[in-house]
Amino acid sequence: MKYRSVFDIIGPIMVGPSSSHTAGAAKIGRLARSIFGKQPKQVDVFLYGSFAETHKGHATDVALIAGVLDFDTDDDRLPQALVLAEQAGVEVKFFIEDAVPEHPNTARIRLIDGGEQLEVVGISIGGGKVEIVELNGFELRLSGACPAILILNHDRYGVIAGVTQILSREEVNIGHMEVSRKEKGQMALMVIETDDRIAEQVINEIRDLTGVSRVLRMED
Amino acid sequence: MFRNVAELVALAEQKSCKIAHIMIEQEMQVAQLTREEVIERMGRNLDVMEQAVERGLSGVKSHSGLTGGDAVKIQQYVQAGKMLSGYTIMDAVSKAVATNEVNAAMGLICATPTAGAAGVVPGVLFALKEKLNPSREQMIEFLFTAGAFGLVVANNASISGAAGGCQAEVGSASAMAAASVVELVGGTPRQAGHGMAIALKNLLGLVCDPVAGLVEVPCVKRNAMGAAVAMVAADMAMAGVESVIPCDEVIEAMFRIGQAMPMTMKETALGGLAATPTGVRLKQEIFGTEPSKVVSS
Repeated sequence: MKYRSVFDIIGPIMVGPSSSHTAGAAKIGRLARSIFGKQPKQVDVFLYGSFAETHKGHATDVALIAGVLDFDTDDDRLPQALVLAEQAGVEVKFFIEDAVPEHPNTARIRLIDGGEQLEVVGISIGGGKVEIVELNGFELRLSGACPAILILNHDRYGVIAGVTQILSREEVNIGHMEVSRKEKGQMALMVIETDDRIAEQVINEIRDLTGVSRVLRMED
Repeated sequence: MFRNVAELVALAEQKSCKIAHIMIEQEMQVAQLTREEVIERMGRNLDVMEQAVERGLSGVKSHSGLTGGDAVKIQQYVQAGKMLSGYTIMDAVSKAVATNEVNAAMGLICATPTAGAAGVVPGVLFALKEKLNPSREQMIEFLFTAGAFGLVVANNASISGAAGGCQAEVGSASAMAAASVVELVGGTPRQAGHGMAIALKNLLGLVCDPVAGLVEVPCVKRNAMGAAVAMVAADMAMAGVESVIPCDEVIEAMFRIGQAMPMTMKETALGGLAATPTGVRLKQEIFGTEPSKVVSS
């Protein structure tokens, strides 16, 4: 069964006009902000495929920025997101890409605050459902349906075990886990989806582990 | 969990209850929520639908300028008593158009089952609110019944224009509304299934051909037709008319038609009305002047 809840059919409540191009775009922007952990000073948005073709008419650009401002899909401030971003001192740039993406509804969002930078690629797969498929060049599959932590670490033995030992001791159940690296022995990314939100002090403990360079939290 | 309309109708008959109640109980189990929580959540959807109808009837205009203002025209025509087809049908049509004009204008709506088809179910429901004066509880039940039939379509065919054409969006919405009307006016679960089948049969093959790729033309007016088809199908079912082809087979047919439909007719804006000279010109006017790289900074 692809659909189980009646609210997948009657719902979601959203700002129009398109569940995939507006509501989905807002969710991608909001997930990116959630991973960045704060409001960025600068946002570069790269639009691909159908997003590149129809973003004006479906307000995909506006919705992505609304998400970066932490607005939900039913937030009535969504249509004014570009003006509100400017007022909040967030510099926004859009780039229309010619490249043909794997999924027709693809956006790349670069969030910047001084020296801090995060690059996220999201796809809108229909009916308001989305996935994050790339983070700082690492491939991943993340829906945002569960709380998750993202751990950038050195690719060496024992780091994964160190993280899972802490989660096990804290009785945090892992629903889904992915590890990936660009090159053997270099930087790697762990994506861990959990049933419950992980406490801040547990995240700090993971952050202090040898071999861990950065821990990001994502919440729905 | 019911897998098809036959099982849904059989469950309601066995328990001698409404289809809405089967849906509420299933949702309580799936989402692990209490009856009050499930009903309250649907109540919020109902409130958003009502606000969208009211906003659309006061007049909106979309960003592209392609749609807006027709709901007001239709409602004025209805109030002047000029309609040929009947008050409640045209009232439903104006309210369906109102909702979809609000959607096109980036207003708040409830996707039912999608944003592009969000007008049909509320259009019909709020026209009947005026005619029959149902309780809030009955209106919320109307949405659960619509959701139950919509779940069957979503799981056995599709509710996405990109996957199955507009039959999957406005067609599904119209069929869901027809079934809910039958139940609201006291029809049996079996009659609701026939109402659903009659409406869906008449929207089979409907292509998804949005001009300039926007959910405006022809989508807003197709929501109007979806509402009218739902009303007529419900009346036919209440008159005792049955669908010769069982509802689940109609849904199966819709799935196969969607698969056989060429890509140009499934939300790609490459065929149908989108490919007419006017459709191509409008796309050029709306998007053609855009610079190719940095848009704004």
